[in-house]
Amino acid sequence: MSNQDHDLKVIVFQLVNKEYAVPVQNVQSIEKVMHITRVPGVPSYVRGVVNLRGVVTPIIDLRKRFSLEDGTEDEHTRIIIVNIGDIEVGFIVDSANDVLDLSSDSIEPQPNVVGSIEADFIEGVAKIDRRLLILLQLDKVLENAA
Amino acid sequence: MEMNQYLEVFIEESKDHLQNCNTQMLELEKNPGDIAIVNEIFRSAHTLKGMSATMGYEDLASLTHNMENVLDDIRNGKLSVTTAVMDALFSAVDDLEDMTASIASGGDGKKDVSRSLSLLEAIQKGEPAPKAAAANNSSIQYDEFERTVIEQSLEQGYKAYELTVKLKDDCLLKAARVYMVFEVLEKIGEVIKSNPTVDQLEEENFDQQFCVTIASKEEKDFIEKSVLKVSEVESAEAAAVNLEAVEEKPKAAQEAAVTQEVVVEESSKETQKQAVSNKTIRVNIDRLDVLMNLFEELVIDRGRLEQISKELNHGELNETVERMSRISGDLQSIILTMRMVPVETVFNRFPRMVRQLARDLNKQISLEISGQDTELDRTVIDEIGDPLVHLLRNALDHGIESPAARKEKGKPEEGTIQLRAYHSGNHVFIEIEDDGAGISKEKVLSKALSRGIVTEEQAKTLTDSQVYELIMASGFSTAETISDISGRGVGLDVVKTTIESLGGSITIHSTEGQGSIFSVQLPLTLSIISVMLVEVEEEKFAIPLSSIIETAIVKDEEILHAHNQRVIDFRGKVVPLVFLNETFDVKKENTEDIHSVIIVRKGEKLAGLVVDSFIGQQEVVLKSLGDYLGNVFAISGATILGDGQVALIVDCNALIQ
Repeated sequence: MSNQDHDLKVIVFQLVNKEYAVPVQNVQSIEKVMHITRVPGVPSYVRGVVNLRGVVTPIIDLRKRFSLEDGTEDEHTRIIIVNIGDIEVGFIVDSANDVLDLSSDSIEPQPNVVGSIEADFIEGVAKIDRRLLILLQLDKVLENAA
Repeated sequence: MEMNQYLEVFIEESKDHLQNCNTQMLELEKNPGDIAIVNEIFRSAHTLKGMSATMGYEDLASLTHNMENVLDDIRNGKLSVTTAVMDALFSAVDDLEDMTASIASGGDGKKDVSRSLSLLEAIQKGEPAPKAAAANNSSIQYDEFERTVIEQSLEQGYKAYELTVKLKDDCLLKAARVYMVFEVLEKIGEVIKSNPTVDQLEEENFDQQFCVTIASKEEKDFIEKSVLKVSEVESAEAAAVNLEAVEEKPKAAQEAAVTQEVVVEESSKETQKQAVSNKTIRVNIDRLDVLMNLFEELVIDRGRLEQISKELNHGELNETVERMSRISGDLQSIILTMRMVPVETVFNRFPRMVRQLARDLNKQISLEISGQDTELDRTVIDEIGDPLVHLLRNALDHGIESPAARKEKGKPEEGTIQLRAYHSGNHVFIEIEDDGAGISKEKVLSKALSRGIVTEEQAKTLTDSQVYELIMASGFSTAETISDISGRGVGLDVVKTTIESLGGSITIHSTEGQGSIFSVQLPLTLSIISVMLVEVEEEKFAIPLSSIIETAIVKDEEILHAHNQRVIDFRGKVVPLVFLNETFDVKKENTEDIHSVIIVRKGEKLAGLVVDSFIGQQEVVLKSLGDYLGNVFAISGATILGDGQVALIVDCNALIQ
């Protein structure tokens, strides 16, 4: 899932005006928002489950997961379905509309600043032109779920 | 020749045939005279022989060949069904099973089968066939009454003949000819017996030949001539009845008669059987999974289509969509049931095992099986066999006492083991109940202490069921003498781990001196269940119908309080209430003073689930919430409703404490 390849193809999505990236091989599909069934007794960032073509898939609200402010859903809101190992989950993001090729030398380790909770989930930062992409460490995002 | 591609089919079919042999042989033991059963076994053995010879498994083929010989003798009346014969057959089938298992696990299927072979051969030779002659000529067997009639007729100067009448091959109205023959015979004498029976003759249930015993004053030639006058009779031969010969070999005659009668019925049975037996193909379970998932997508789109057609309100479209819904509904139920296998496939090897064990242990045990048609997912079925074998062995060895000990305690000498399977909620329960000695708490505790499984302090606080559970701890064995059947202290903890790895659980109930119940609870990994859909505010939940007793409407003032618990008085019972909106943190906006309550049950305990409204009953597919969420309290899974939304399935067992 990391940058062992020279070129890394990533899906770019937005969350509160910042841009994030996940490797394309981990992304199964990008869905429009659908009906989410709430599941009681799970962490608050687990929004619930959806029916993804016959498979019951848990949905994680990334804003809540990263302790960002709550947002409202609009027509740009998307659910990114990712696969990590055997686990399949969906991330709710503000929008997702870009696929980029990153060369490995454009990726830098994350700045070593103690800061927001989201820092724990960051694998590195990539700079392309004037855009700054935050590469997510997906298995960390899924840790300590239940 | 490349055989690998056939190997799997061969193994599966061999297993089926061996299973069939086993079942039929047990049946034969109960009805030793039933040649139809022998034929059934023979057919299976024969197919096995053919298959294994083709596949090049010579040992298998030669053993089945010998089995066939013995079976052939039985069905020809040369051999009677005795325990010795059955034992030899069973031992042969055991060897066959071992060999097939060895082939299945990649072995060469070779095994030293000389013991079974010599047993079979000894039986075949050991019992010579003195009755063959009898079987050939005297085809009529007389019961006591008929014999008396014949004797009396002889005393009164009548002569008794056995008249064999043969009709012409092209005879069309056999029944009519038979009638005419009988009419002739009744004029010249009295018909005592016919073989086949008159009824069968009237139904033309015979080939061209039948045999009549008649008492008459006329001479043999006259009778023959009179019968020959009836047209389309080819030959008629009379012979004086030799009562002594009949009496001398009553057994042989009996057996021969059975054979004959059966042969007559055989042809009709054969055709029936072929018509009834189902044709099956084997399908890889992965393909079924794919089919299932594809179908669910279809169901969701069907839901959307229905929605759209409703909005458009176009007559023809509505009609087509409706038809499609119906068809896909049928399709759904077929796909869902395809993966389910009755637990019978596991159970039906147990009677055989219990029989053998009971004999080895010198105990008298009857096994009662019920609920064998309970269906479980194929994946669970494959795993559950071994744990159940262990539990059964345990019940036989440790549970049921020796006949002498039982007599002393005033119990019937024959012990009973009940094997039950049933659906309850999202689970299938399999229970093994014996009426044996039960579990001695003191023994278990002292043993556990000496093995260091529990400490002295812990031992004092343990409840009964916790004590019983100790026997499933590893390194535990309470039998004083170690037998080779169970009691090596590895059994029950393996059982427990296996069942838990299947997502199930095992509980023990026991009354000392009266017996124990081992109850295995298994999940339905993938299964259709009937649920009641309910609504709590905007959220839909599914409650398994199998845990529901009934629904009720309860007013606010009927709710009582006891120990900080809201309860209601339901038909004289105090039933605690569970407010689903509180359990599942649903934001409740409006409070009503009338509550819809679903009374659910877990074993003997009841609870009332309070919901907002009932939607209705539906068949749904149970789906897991996935690895990521793992276990969620009081939710046993999810299901996808017709409109594509997910509804959570309530685990009533977790709500009742």
